[in-house]
Amino acid sequence: MALDEATVRNIAKLARIKVPENEVPTLAEELSKIIEWIEQLNEVDTENVTPMTSMAEMVMPKRADKVTDGNYPDRVLSNAPNPEGPFYTVPKVVE
Amino acid sequence: MTYLIQGKTNDWEVVIGLEVHAQIISDAKLFSGAATSFGAEPNSQVSLVDAGMPGMLPVINEFCIQQAVRTGLGLDAKINLHSVFERKNYFYPDLPQGYQISQYLHPIVGEGMVRLDMPDGTREIGVERLHMEQDAGKSIHDQDPNRTFIDLNRSGVALMEIVSKPDLRSPEEAGAYLRKLRAIVQYLGTCDGNMEQGSLRCDANVSVRPSDSDELRTRAEIKNINSIRFVMQAIEYEAERQVDVYETGGSVVQETRLYDSDRGETRSMRSKEDAHDYRYFPDPDLLPIDLTPDYVEEIKKNLPELPDAKKVRFISEYGVTESDAGILVADQETAQYFEVVASGRDGKLAANWVIHELFGVLNKVGKGITDSPIVADKLGNLVDLISNRIISSRIAKDVFEEMVAKGKDPGVIVKEKGLKQITDAGEIETAVNNVIADNADQVKKFREGNEKLVGWFVGQVMKKTQGKANPQMVNELLLEKLKG
Amino acid sequence: MSKLTDLTIAEARDGLVNRKFSSVELTDAHVNAVEAARDLNAFVTETLDLAIERAKASDDRRAKGKPAGGMDGIPIAVKDLFCTEGVLTTASSHILDGFIPPYESTVSQNLRDAGSVMLGKTNMDEFAMGSANVTSFYGAVKNPWYVNDGKDRVPGGSSGGSAAAVAANISLGAAGSDTGGSIRQPASFCGVVGMKPTYGRCSRWGMVAFASSLDQAGPLTRTVRDAAIMLQAMAGHDSKDSTSSTEPVPNFEASITGEIKGLKIGIPLEYRIDGMSSEIEGLWSQGVEMLKDAGAEPVEVSLPHTKYALPTYYIVAPAEASSNLARYDGVRYGLRVDAETLDEMYETTRGEGFGQEVRRRIMIGAYVLSAGYYDAYYVKAQKLRTLILKDFSDAFKKVDAILTPTTPFAAFAIGEKMDDPVQMYINDVFTVPSSLAGLPAITVPAGLSDEGLPLGLHLITKPFGEETLFCVADVLEKLVSFHTKPAYLSKDAR
Repeated sequence: MALDEATVRNIAKLARIKVPENEVPTLAEELSKIIEWIEQLNEVDTENVTPMTSMAEMVMPKRADKVTDGNYPDRVLSNAPNPEGPFYTVPKVVE
Repeated sequence: MTYLIQGKTNDWEVVIGLEVHAQIISDAKLFSGAATSFGAEPNSQVSLVDAGMPGMLPVINEFCIQQAVRTGLGLDAKINLHSVFERKNYFYPDLPQGYQISQYLHPIVGEGMVRLDMPDGTREIGVERLHMEQDAGKSIHDQDPNRTFIDLNRSGVALMEIVSKPDLRSPEEAGAYLRKLRAIVQYLGTCDGNMEQGSLRCDANVSVRPSDSDELRTRAEIKNINSIRFVMQAIEYEAERQVDVYETGGSVVQETRLYDSDRGETRSMRSKEDAHDYRYFPDPDLLPIDLTPDYVEEIKKNLPELPDAKKVRFISEYGVTESDAGILVADQETAQYFEVVASGRDGKLAANWVIHELFGVLNKVGKGITDSPIVADKLGNLVDLISNRIISSRIAKDVFEEMVAKGKDPGVIVKEKGLKQITDAGEIETAVNNVIADNADQVKKFREGNEKLVGWFVGQVMKKTQGKANPQMVNELLLEKLKG
Repeated sequence: MSKLTDLTIAEARDGLVNRKFSSVELTDAHVNAVEAARDLNAFVTETLDLAIERAKASDDRRAKGKPAGGMDGIPIAVKDLFCTEGVLTTASSHILDGFIPPYESTVSQNLRDAGSVMLGKTNMDEFAMGSANVTSFYGAVKNPWYVNDGKDRVPGGSSGGSAAAVAANISLGAAGSDTGGSIRQPASFCGVVGMKPTYGRCSRWGMVAFASSLDQAGPLTRTVRDAAIMLQAMAGHDSKDSTSSTEPVPNFEASITGEIKGLKIGIPLEYRIDGMSSEIEGLWSQGVEMLKDAGAEPVEVSLPHTKYALPTYYIVAPAEASSNLARYDGVRYGLRVDAETLDEMYETTRGEGFGQEVRRRIMIGAYVLSAGYYDAYYVKAQKLRTLILKDFSDAFKKVDAILTPTTPFAAFAIGEKMDDPVQMYINDVFTVPSSLAGLPAITVPAGLSDEGLPLGLHLITKPFGEETLFCVADVLEKLVSFHTKPAYLSKDAR
């Protein structure tokens, strides 16, 4: 299998998604199948190929240094699950 | 002289690299049009983009690119015409998108250098790179026992991350590097260098090695130190801690530490299990930056005079000593102040008054040079009075004190108090004669060989003339008359 | 069956202009249709009162002689991927529970500005990840096409709700999004027209992002002309989107001239895949013949890297998605599952909030970007993209458009193909290459499978060549003359 259960647990941690322990084996199988299927790309010689950097063949659009946005805390907080006055809140983080 | 830690088993050298995060001076943020000013109401300088709302997209602020290039030029660094923004992926509540837009493989600025004037000579500290990235918001932990509050005002503000090569070898050098770097960005107007407000932050990478070794051992990273003094203290503590670890048979762990300034020690941050895997990849919402040589040339042409160049000019134009010049250019405001005082005047004298008198006053009243109780023009007037021999240096000090206390012009003070120097040879001769006449014993002692008494005689003449007689003339005349 | 709901957008437009009916009447008919068709589960949120309001406003404008634009008064549906101000937007995910955007996406705003009337937000595969609309938190969507075997069919995905709504005549058109085929494949399964414009034609601002270098908004309609009319309203440069093109938007409808003489149509050999059914092959050959009869010249072309397009897509899209979906963390909007610590809150919120397919793709994405694998997978995939793009640009030196089937099979039953994720991915084998290359493509319903379910034909052209696409597709549509209606429209209940 391309991905073992330990790897699956690591990735779940990286992605901050809780995977119930009983689902880990199936997930490892599914993900392994996908990775194994993807491996066929190795058949292609890409030695001298540059990776595609962006779809748009344009120059990066730039904006002027002006304040044109912000100053609407109500909108920004309008969907917050547990706001406190003008703040978002989360369970206490210990550094 | 190399800084060495004398351990139990041998001498140890310290190897330091500094990563400085400098907030770019700009009106709006790097990828959003929200404002960047410090101290605003929480979440009032937050656009939908900064809040990481679904479907939001970044658009780059052109001025921030300019500022980064400008800074790179100020570091004598290579400007990379092609650079790429990459996403640095990790989870933290003050990072709303769950990634920071940064630069990784292709930063906008490459290798450069910062020159340090140390007591034992000039050191050139290599800069590895400079890249642009978004700042995160603020997590506030002390407002509630169970919750952390999040303010995203700072989220998305443009930062320059400036990474030095591990060329620093002592806490002093680290301090000097930071001061110099701060001066450079202030001069360029690309960052205000205010460490208290957090517009300049420093992470220190510290490792130690036996003094005869070339190897680079494991380093610890001390994060987010917000004053130069603390940086130096933290490095000193950490280096000694590491020496201790090695000498007691342990090994230094690669980890992130915090500096606790109250206790004066570094502490390991709560365990974050594995090292972060940031999964960098080019941000697909953006295109690469492609600058033209003309663009860079244009910025280069318009660079202001930088500390090193200003120092050289102060020495040649104003005759200031190397050491004094170094002090005067250390920050832009001091340099500007000095130049106003020194223009068209005796540079050495001006330097003297700024460094030895004004700084003392500023320290005492706890003010910066921009809030100086004496403005540059007026100090210049005082220097004029001395140069034109209207008052003596001695009297000038009194005038200076009065200027600080009452805020009056020096000329006015001299007039009001009748402090004009006596330079009339006749008047001085009269005073000298009087003193000699009144003090026959002392005269006798002088003539018997106690030549040091001339100082006492000068004092007496000065008393007789309320301190206003020109000291040189008094001295010359006294010697003449005493020697007979 | 209300006649007003049988119209095309072009016909409705004429009807409104000629005062044959009002927008309120037109919209009312659709409101009734939406309500009667709830069993299809095409909508996550209905905005029927809002629709009537906007219809009234449209009639007012028209009365004052100031119609808003090409879509004034036309009732449409909008995929729940587009953030709509003041209206629940979920991307069919539990993790966006209760999310009411305080902003409107550029594309849906453009449609509003053009005067269109929004009937509601359509159901979709969660976060646009899927090809059958079975991954939605709000339940599967039923295809209005079915046969007499008692099984409900999938409408395709991820724009399943949009395709079903148009096919079931409960909406005149629908805005969808296409990342690997999410407009074209469901359009094909539902017997309607679906179009993905060139990458950068439509703004992505305000679209819940799945894969940033691939996502594009586009129309689902019942005719090619309608697609041109609707795309006209949707497209255009947006300075808030750094990948938005400044290429001027031409008059798409004007490109429908009926004339394709002398155009060269490429037939790519690599699209003739192993095990391709005879009905698909047959349909494809028929398409070629028809275009030939109309004066076009079929030319065999080779797109050598075609077979690598799907695995390439399944590296790039999940990688970008794993990063784009990191913002769904329970901190600022949507679902939050309370917990003692921050990390637990993140993990439980995301664990509960995301469905299985989304979870799989986020994890594949995180894996292929992770230290040690980035070069082998992500960089490799981006190199393959360069090769695929080159295949197309080489081909377009010889031909003006390329014709392929849209899907390898017709709509399957809900519940099928669920054992193996890779099986589901095969749905997009014909549509993914043009997505990776950012090319405009359109599907036109072209025939029925042996079972009696719709099959589409797919045209691709060069960047910003939508005019060619509409022109050829319109000719094909007329020649194919596909007028079969889905079984749902003739069932007793209506």
